[in-house]
Amino acid sequence: MKPARFDYARPETLSDALAILADGGAEASVLAGGQSLMPMLNLRMARPGMLVDINRIPGLDAIALADGVLSIGARARHAEVLASPLVRQAAPLLAQALHHVAHPAIRNRGTLGGSLALADPAAEMPACVTCLGATIVLASASGKRRVAAEKFFLGVYATAIEPGELILHVEIPAIRPGWTHAFQEVSRRHGDYAMAGLALALRRDGSRVAEARIALCGVESATRRQAEAEAALVSGGVGAACQMLGGLDAMGGDEVTAAHRIHLARVLLRRAVGTED
Amino acid sequence: MPDTALPPDGWIGRPMPRAATRRLIEGRGRYTDDNAAKGELHAAFLRSPFPHAAFGITGRDAARALPGVRAVLTAEDLAPFCRSWRTESRAFPGLVSPEQGPLARERAVYQGEPVALVLAASRAIAEDALELVEVEWDELPAVTDPAKALDAASPSTHQGLTSNLAWRTEFGGGDVEAAFASAALVVEERFTFTRHTGVPLESRSVLATYDPAAEALEVRMSHQIPHQMQVHLADLLDLPMGRVRVIAGDVGGGFGIKMHVYPDEVAICAASRLTGRPVRYVCDRIEALMADIHAREHVMQARMAVDAEGRILAFDADDIQGLGAYSIYPRSSTVEAMSVLRTVGAPYHFGAYRARLRCALQNKVPTGQYRSVGHPIGCATTERLMDLAAAARGEDPLEFRRRNFLPEAMMPWTNPAGGRMAELSHTATLAEFERLLDLPGLRAEIAAMRARGRCVGLGFSAVVEYTASGPGAYGPAHVPVAAMDTVVVTLEPTGDVVARASVAEIGQGIQQGIVQVVADAVGVPPSHVTIHTGDTASAPHGGGAWASRGAGVGGEAAWGAGRKLRAEILKTAAALLQSAPEALDLRGGQVVDANGTPRMALADLASTVFFRGHELPGGVQPQFTATHQFRREEDVFLTTNGLQASLVEVDPDTGIVTPLRHWVVGDCGRLLNPLLVEEQVRGGVVQGIGEALLEACRYDPGNGQFLTGTLADYLLPMADNACDITVGHVETPYSGSALGAKGAGEAGTCGAPAAVLNAVNDALASRGARVSELPITPTVILRALGTLEASE
Repeated sequence: MKPARFDYARPETLSDALAILADGGAEASVLAGGQSLMPMLNLRMARPGMLVDINRIPGLDAIALADGVLSIGARARHAEVLASPLVRQAAPLLAQALHHVAHPAIRNRGTLGGSLALADPAAEMPACVTCLGATIVLASASGKRRVAAEKFFLGVYATAIEPGELILHVEIPAIRPGWTHAFQEVSRRHGDYAMAGLALALRRDGSRVAEARIALCGVESATRRQAEAEAALVSGGVGAACQMLGGLDAMGGDEVTAAHRIHLARVLLRRAVGTED
Repeated sequence: MPDTALPPDGWIGRPMPRAATRRLIEGRGRYTDDNAAKGELHAAFLRSPFPHAAFGITGRDAARALPGVRAVLTAEDLAPFCRSWRTESRAFPGLVSPEQGPLARERAVYQGEPVALVLAASRAIAEDALELVEVEWDELPAVTDPAKALDAASPSTHQGLTSNLAWRTEFGGGDVEAAFASAALVVEERFTFTRHTGVPLESRSVLATYDPAAEALEVRMSHQIPHQMQVHLADLLDLPMGRVRVIAGDVGGGFGIKMHVYPDEVAICAASRLTGRPVRYVCDRIEALMADIHAREHVMQARMAVDAEGRILAFDADDIQGLGAYSIYPRSSTVEAMSVLRTVGAPYHFGAYRARLRCALQNKVPTGQYRSVGHPIGCATTERLMDLAAAARGEDPLEFRRRNFLPEAMMPWTNPAGGRMAELSHTATLAEFERLLDLPGLRAEIAAMRARGRCVGLGFSAVVEYTASGPGAYGPAHVPVAAMDTVVVTLEPTGDVVARASVAEIGQGIQQGIVQVVADAVGVPPSHVTIHTGDTASAPHGGGAWASRGAGVGGEAAWGAGRKLRAEILKTAAALLQSAPEALDLRGGQVVDANGTPRMALADLASTVFFRGHELPGGVQPQFTATHQFRREEDVFLTTNGLQASLVEVDPDTGIVTPLRHWVVGDCGRLLNPLLVEEQVRGGVVQGIGEALLEACRYDPGNGQFLTGTLADYLLPMADNACDITVGHVETPYSGSALGAKGAGEAGTCGAPAAVLNAVNDALASRGARVSELPITPTVILRALGTLEASE
């Protein structure tokens, strides 16, 4: 369990990092917290020719709230996001979900950007940013590019990031009055990847759901807005929404089958609608 | 009878923390990988990526050409330095287990089987070189499912074998057919037990140094039984015993994983002999999960006959064991299955028993002895049948057990399974168990939780374990396993005592137990006793760590050696004090007279003997090194008993099971150190919870690929899967030894899966669901509830 050989660069500035990434192209991998990348290197499942360590670049971990937009730097550690009063104020969904992300030691190093860039289908953060309609801001040597979260996650470990690009930060519209957030997941052990997880943002009109945003993790190979279920939730309530979840293109597997994941998604939706705050 | 003069207020029985604790928690432990040897080479193994394949190594030049690579070795290269072996046991006549060598030759029969070995300047270089070894693989059909393996139409696990049946037997006693024919009630269940493994924190590791000039081999390794390895390495490498030294320093857990002869470890020793260089190998986690022994793959069909009064008449058990590609060397994998079938019904009185066993070869890593060998399966089988019978009778499960426990007055008794039951304390243990649980209060608590809609369940298990195996276990099988132990104690000139013992410290704390025994045996405080274990050059031959034997066997050797040293000290003191040895005593490091008045400090006596021998009277030749070797003559095993209870909550929507509380009352005979026993029990229970709910070595049912090669896939219990574990004791010292200690280290693991299984079934009962598969995954629960179809 030793990684294959790779070159290593630790740029001090963003422009240096982008230049190195441009040179490296598809051969280059970005190292931030390393909580997924290092095991994959050691298992030789990932074999980048070049590791670009962004831990020395200033400013990539900033968390700010301005003009109704919460901006979280790609290198903000999970622990920092979890502890941030701004995040709790503007995107309580993230704080709820981060309790399910691994364990304190891993959250101390793992980063929001790393989780989004990896796009593990069972990871919580991609579902959360999708649910909240975030925008992922990418940079490369040729400039910046903004990608809506809904168009960012393409499949298992597949994203819209092009060779030479780095996630700079994520912009999340701050929660608006009347809206509530809920995150629910099922895992065998606390901190494991989810067998199924559900991110929910709701606006109620009295007791009736007026607007809803739903995204899942651990169910489909790429997280997405569950538009059909959202519409059904508004028009027909939670039973109708659960029925729509029957149409999910759920991942299979020996331990957890597709039908099992769909069942869990329904359980989680019922629970989330009952408990959102 | 042995000398049983335990001091009235001695150190035995005190809950002292281990002397090594501080060293270990400060990170000062020295494990095999902490020892670097000058000139060492690092090894990495090319392991078969297929469960079954013919292969040819067609090119090694590219790997050899990589800078830093010293050698790329195959089975043919090692053959001149190491003979092959085959697992045989007279206990299992006709056992089919093909010849094995340190590396596979032409055919790999399990995924992870070592096929080539690279030696290089670093492990990273060695792993780079592995990718350059050219191998032609021809994948063959893999045998995985144990029941299907026994079909006539199944492919063969090994070339040239016409059947995958490794061994079969049928045994028992009494008239089973008549018992079932006359029964008022018959309960039956089919159980599936999935493979799991031990996962010690420190993986297997070995640093072998062959000295070509001395023709001697020194091996540092993380192992439970260094003396056993000395025997086998001397045999396999054709060296005199005295020129093989095996040193197990600090060992980061064993659980049975580190008590076998593994091909990779033998290959490292042979490679050191071939190169004349030290060779170091540390098994990484993916290798460990894939190629350390697995255990407990069984399909068990079992039934129990009960008469109209609710008394057990008979058990009938039909077990298929998934044994793996080979029967593990040297003890054989079949031992586990025999242990399963000997444990069925063990706490109870019954008149008839039939056990049928078929052991299936498979293209999977060999199975072997893992903590509480086989017992958890026999226990889960029995205890689930007990609950099914109690439910069918509309009776409280504890009352049904109370009626059927083997009465103390009937012991010793050899039951129809051939198990000799002696000195068990079911009545006293049940009384202590009921006191500890406060059952009326607990039942009210459960009723209140259920009234609030919570799906909770309480389950019990009764445990009988065969511990501290004597010579009768492996001796008649002609398997070279030492069931005896040696302890050497030496008085130092300062009055300190040094003990060298053949028991092995693997994290369980037996060193502390032995120190307390020596302290009492000699008459010095434990702080004056130092113990060394794990080095064949330090302690004479003995059994190491397995079968919960440290206290029951090693403790006796320590007691015997300590008493001999004490007698010699008193004899010498009497000569110096012009007294009689019988008129003197040794307490707290002081020689005292009958009134307890100090006559001479042991330190003064020792320094006189060692430094001023001219002051000794003529004819006095103190022998201040005493050795005792202990083998038990009676009782092949020391049976222990206990009761466990598990309270769980099932989430019927998700199928997740959460243990809420667990209780254990055990009788392991004399407690040398209750603190250490309780921690063994708690650790064992958590391991049993893992077995019941989480841990599984999974293989793809189609291509046989191993699926659980990381700790993200192989789920160990963590803090949130454990719960408060309340431990109580009943102490019935074994009458046949000086100390009366029996085995304690495995009982927690033995009974926990059964208790959890019964608790889950208790929770599900009101929903009409029932489970009989371990681990009880969410999928198992949701299928039992009908939420998921069997195919979903």
